[in-house]
Amino acid sequence: MNIRVLYFGRLKDTAGCSEEQLPWAGGSTATLLAQLRARGDSWAQALAEGQVFRLVVNQQVVRGEADIPPGAEVGILPPVTGG
Amino acid sequence: MHCHISIQTGGFDLAAEEAALRQHAGDAGALVAFQGMVRAHDAAIPLAALFLEHYPGVTEAEIQRIADDAAQRWPLSAVRVIHRVGSLAPGEQIVLVLVASGHRKAAFAAAEYLMDYLKTEAPFWKREDFVDGSRRWVDAKASDDAAAARWA
Repeated sequence: MNIRVLYFGRLKDTAGCSEEQLPWAGGSTATLLAQLRARGDSWAQALAEGQVFRLVVNQQVVRGEADIPPGAEVGILPPVTGG
Repeated sequence: MHCHISIQTGGFDLAAEEAALRQHAGDAGALVAFQGMVRAHDAAIPLAALFLEHYPGVTEAEIQRIADDAAQRWPLSAVRVIHRVGSLAPGEQIVLVLVASGHRKAAFAAAEYLMDYLKTEAPFWKREDFVDGSRRWVDAKASDDAAAARWA
């Protein structure tokens, strides 16, 4: 089973794409961030503490850690700059 | 409270938006409007365009939550938020916040609250595209966080 990961803002440049399918055996938002940070320095820096504003699981904004079920859509949001 | 939220690429007409708000504003004695525009000279190199993106569905829901929070704090009769996305030239409108309330103090305060939280909580991201072809994603500002924190 996969999850669909969506990138926004500068994270699109880090990922080189706006979204990707990732194989997912289950885990939390922390599991996903650890997995992505392990891809290399540019990922570790882009997803460092303070560089990630929030995660969104199936369109629900997550505050703190949350479970990511297989098949989920997960948005990774860098700090926001609207207005 | 009546609330209308629109994320759109096109511009907006202030008079038409005010008229739409007033249809739902009841006996409101105060209407505050805030418009934000793209600045050309925020950095050393002049800006060619400001590019904005959002998270469809999630951004609208977060703005609704911010408006609901505002309505808990002040007696508001109607709120209208329009936020543009896509590529915007210097001088173009970015955002419109309209608030109707019985009295001016609540309307002024709620408009400021909405703008402070739009800047720090709503999922939008700005990229500056400069006239020399370089591009830069805008960093979140500590001053915006401080402005929102004073309502906590």
